[in-house]
Amino acid sequence: MLTEAQAWRVLAQVPDPEIPAISVTELGIVREVRHENDALTVVVTPTYSGCPATEVIEAAIRAALREAGAQDVRIETRLFPAWTTDWLTPAAAQKLRAYGIAPPQPPAGAQPLRFVPPAPPCPRCGAKHTERLSEFGATACKALYRCNACREPFEYFKPL
Amino acid sequence: MTSAHLDYLLRLADNPLILGQRLSEWCGHGPVLEEDLALANTALDLIGQARLLLTHVATLESKGRNEDQLAFLRSEREFRNWTLVELPNGDFGRTVMRNFLFSACQLHLWQALQGGPDAQLAAIAAKSLKETRYHLRHAADWVVRLGDGTGESHARMQAALDELWPYTAELFSADPVEQAAVATGLGVASASLRAPWEATVRPLLEEATLAIPAPTPFLSRGKLGVHSEHMGHLLAEMQIMQRSHPGAQW
Repeated sequence: MLTEAQAWRVLAQVPDPEIPAISVTELGIVREVRHENDALTVVVTPTYSGCPATEVIEAAIRAALREAGAQDVRIETRLFPAWTTDWLTPAAAQKLRAYGIAPPQPPAGAQPLRFVPPAPPCPRCGAKHTERLSEFGATACKALYRCNACREPFEYFKPL
Repeated sequence: MTSAHLDYLLRLADNPLILGQRLSEWCGHGPVLEEDLALANTALDLIGQARLLLTHVATLESKGRNEDQLAFLRSEREFRNWTLVELPNGDFGRTVMRNFLFSACQLHLWQALQGGPDAQLAAIAAKSLKETRYHLRHAADWVVRLGDGTGESHARMQAALDELWPYTAELFSADPVEQAAVATGLGVASASLRAPWEATVRPLLEEATLAIPAPTPFLSRGKLGVHSEHMGHLLAEMQIMQRSHPGAQW
């Protein structure tokens, strides 16, 4: 039988399938772990409604906990409060940058239309002069930018 | 659980489902790679929202159906989406114009629904609202860029607006299903969304140098199950796998 603390440590090693540089706990989607009638229940809040990784993440969580000795693993989806990039841990921001993805920067939430969000600094060279190439990237959570100093394109984890 | 309650939820589910299906037609056909990604990502979000809502409907109706059966095994008359979202995509400009008109309405609708008494619906609304802000911003930027662009792009955007605008009347028209949902506190009176919607779209269309068409008496009735001639073709493509191989999974 896995304790809740042990389960958290296991989950901290489960990588996000799309961005394997960070774990599901660093992504902030694991909201709660609890024992309930001999079963281990993991409460997950999905990122975007259309994120195709959601089901893969659930399978990975289940597999990792079973391997660590949990018998009965249940995944509970909690929609409210909705996931926000504010739940990314400080360590996640560092790891994203090292992986070549600019971490989200405020402001998240409602903005007037035609608002151009401030461009993130380049995760490679740190230059502030970057430009947006595309509002959407390879996954729903990212946008595509280019650094005007080192000319490298990079992905930006959008604030949500 | 009353049938009016379920019918109201089906409307909320079918709009993103059908527009998500339409937008997915762009996958691999976008004018540039970035926009291909943008439309596919938007489609994924919309289908994700529809999945949450259809699952909610399936749970409430307790007839043993699931999201897939609701999406793939209902017939045309059982769909409750606005006619606006089932119309063919047309060119890229028309596609982003529809996304703009639609997302602006969804923005105010989700805002109103996130405080409602159905906790699951409120949670879905709060989540969808965040995604809708991105969809709206993306569409709005293109409406201005193309509307206030070249002579050709301006003419196409004006034609798109002229064609789509009459279909927006349905977004704000009342009917017994909605009145029942409003009476129980579940739903929002869509007429009350018209003013905030116009406050969102009018300044943007003006910035895009587009002329807003005069009102017409035309009222589409997709949300009552009476669809355009395009709906059957859309469903044929969307449903063929489950119709041909019921219960198939991959």
